[in-house]
Amino acid sequence: MAQGIWIIAEQREGELRKISFELTSEARRLADQLSQSVTAILLGSNIKEKAPELGKYGADRVIVADDSRLATYTTDAYVSVIAQLAQSGEPAIILLGASVQGKDLSGRLAARLGVGMVQDCVAFSIENGNLVAKRPIYAGKAYATATFKDSVPQIATARPNVLELNEPDGSKSAEVVDAEFSLDDSQLKTKVVEIIQEEGAKVDLTEAERIVSGGRGMKGPENYNILEELADIINATVGASRSAVDSGWRPHSDQVGQTGKVVSPNLYIACGISGAIQHLAGMSTSKCIVAVNKDPEAPIFQKADYGIVGDLFEVVPALSEEIKKIL
Amino acid sequence: MNILVCLKQVPDTESQIKIAPDGISIATENIKWIINPYDEYAVEEALRLREKFGGEVTIIGVGPKRVTESIRTALAMGADKGILVDDPAITGSDSLGIARILAAVIKDIDYDIILCGKQGVDDDYGIVGSILAELLGIPQISVVLKVEVSEDASTVKAHREVEGGTLVIETPLPALITAQKGLNEPRYASLPGIMKAKKKPLDVKTIADLGLDASQVGEAGTKIKIMQITPPEEREAGKIVEGETPQEMAINLVRLLHEEAKII
Repeated sequence: MAQGIWIIAEQREGELRKISFELTSEARRLADQLSQSVTAILLGSNIKEKAPELGKYGADRVIVADDSRLATYTTDAYVSVIAQLAQSGEPAIILLGASVQGKDLSGRLAARLGVGMVQDCVAFSIENGNLVAKRPIYAGKAYATATFKDSVPQIATARPNVLELNEPDGSKSAEVVDAEFSLDDSQLKTKVVEIIQEEGAKVDLTEAERIVSGGRGMKGPENYNILEELADIINATVGASRSAVDSGWRPHSDQVGQTGKVVSPNLYIACGISGAIQHLAGMSTSKCIVAVNKDPEAPIFQKADYGIVGDLFEVVPALSEEIKKIL
Repeated sequence: MNILVCLKQVPDTESQIKIAPDGISIATENIKWIINPYDEYAVEEALRLREKFGGEVTIIGVGPKRVTESIRTALAMGADKGILVDDPAITGSDSLGIARILAAVIKDIDYDIILCGKQGVDDDYGIVGSILAELLGIPQISVVLKVEVSEDASTVKAHREVEGGTLVIETPLPALITAQKGLNEPRYASLPGIMKAKKKPLDVKTIADLGLDASQVGEAGTKIKIMQITPPEEREAGKIVEGETPQEMAINLVRLLHEEAKII
């Protein structure tokens, strides 16, 4: 019978990404309810030395697939290796990150294994020994709770920044095992030919713990410097509303909302954003929301933990000054 | 170059979402239906590829009948023909069921490239494209911001958005690509376009026409069961931070963030 919870660890350029630890932490909690073990699957090139890190967050075992062709994620190679490992290892549950990589991988892996997959979950539980997953739909305008049919393993992806991270425990260690797999070059059709890093790249919005976001009230692209200044001070990523993006003030990759990124930072500071429903949908899982808007009737104030009714061009620089004093 | 675009119809993003009395679906009364925004980028990119390479753009949608309207809109933008799969057996399909239907339509078509939106803005799953690519046994490149097909139309290079950067991925055709916002600026349907679209071919097929068994689609074919749909937890409106001047407000906010919320 299928046993155990697997997580697919994620690495970029040899460094484990935070989602890997979030997944391991959650898998540990679920596995304890089932009295089963946690196995982390780590794919990469010369990556084995990173495996013990996963043990500290609760993995009992790490299976390492080390191959130069796995250094950077490609759909073909990763789906092939993970599917082979799942077919021989027969886990009951596989958890992945709902990152760009995880979302590319999850559907194809599920189709290859002939099982169901629940995408972008924000909460998991175990009922009658089976995985139950809760996920936002319509970018968070509603939530669906789903379970699986005829699916071994049950596969789900977890939204970054949502699952609670265990305290790493240095006294815990995982058994590290080499994966057995084969890769046929003729099957590897997608190749990464170039990696373009964003200049001065900050943490991506979907992974950011703090976000400072600007909307139509910013009045023009030249005024975002006051948001960037605040963001620099509190180590935040700058986001934008759809109207700011559609006006050409900010790049598409900065958009927060239903047709942009869905974010869940600890702190979301909305400046000059009225709070259109498609924007609120994209940021309502933020833990603390601050709104600065001169219109006291703006819908954003209905969602904000703290609101300032005032001119953002005066309030935001004052805020930057005050925060500097306490840091 | 034969280009296929998979198109979904979704509620307008400005729509309020209400839960239906059954507790496991969304109330569809009073909803304005639109082409899934990401699919519009796919349609536009298909038209641009045809402008460069010639050939034909075919739009494929999966029922119900109202989806005809969205396919006609894509035809009015300039696509050549449409196929709608409309069958009561489709109701309740999950991503796998929809991908099976699309694969059954596509298996009899000669194609070079398939374009989809990166996800539907309704259920936000974003996996129909990758399951379809798996069923067809072709490579996929998802969340794409730029598409460059080689002069001889044998390979495609695509810019794929990842956290904090872009990956340039190359693969031989045929391949499946999913569109991200920023790929292009979709054109509007012109009045002559709308007139012409009325005469363009739009085939309607049933599950039986496609040689699919009803057990493969709809409720019967799902691997996921929705137990419950619930509204989001209401956030209570919080405090309005007081202060006579912007400086005072800033001081009070920082104190709250530091002492009460404990996040700064």
